[in-house]
Amino acid sequence: MFNIHYFASVREQLDSAGETIDASGDINTVADLIAVLSSRGGAWSLLEDRNRVLVAVDQAVADREQRLTGNEEIAFFPPMTGG
Amino acid sequence: MTTMIRVDVQQQDFDLAAEYAAVRGKADNPGAVTIFSGLVRELQDSATADQSLTLEHYPGMTEKALQNIAERACDRWPLSVCRIIHRIGTLLPGDQIVLVATASSHRDAAFDAAHYIMDYLKTSAPFWKKQVAGEQGFWVDSRASDHEAAARWQHKQD
Repeated sequence: MFNIHYFASVREQLDSAGETIDASGDINTVADLIAVLSSRGGAWSLLEDRNRVLVAVDQAVADREQRLTGNEEIAFFPPMTGG
Repeated sequence: MTTMIRVDVQQQDFDLAAEYAAVRGKADNPGAVTIFSGLVRELQDSATADQSLTLEHYPGMTEKALQNIAERACDRWPLSVCRIIHRIGTLLPGDQIVLVATASSHRDAAFDAAHYIMDYLKTSAPFWKKQVAGEQGFWVDSRASDHEAAARWQHKQD
């Protein structure tokens, strides 16, 4: 299972704070997972925008080519504004 | 030298004087302590009185990110103490948001490490700010200038 979290404006635009998704043979990379989520249509296509949406895998920033094994925590969020 | 690193992510306010005393007390023969505090500014272009800033974060990753930034600063400069506090939740104009304190034998390390930590904290720690003024709320955009500031540390000679 992928344990997915959405933060800040991404959460608001998707109207979802998170969900779990079954791992499947089709999801080998972060990009694959994004394709699955984006295929829902509507606001979900915002996840495709690499400039506006960053990804973390197991609480570390990751690029979209990162491989997944099927039980990671994934988070999608806008560029950070701390400090 | 073992550096004492302590990071906290918390809603409650911090006492700058108490944190300084703690850093000074723990530091190993310090010659310099640098303290930085970041505050909530008022929106200048908004006339409403009821402004606030809401800080959202990624529980778990936030603490790791701050710890990682502190460890990188300690690898790069000879610090004996490195303290970071970052607040979350809803804050008002004038409130304290963040504290960075560093202690070292000499001032260059204390100043530069604190500056480095703040520049990375602005861009690499998973917090998101939402500015609220009356009924309106908008998410603060990440700034190119903050990313440039962080990138400059890759080229500087210490």
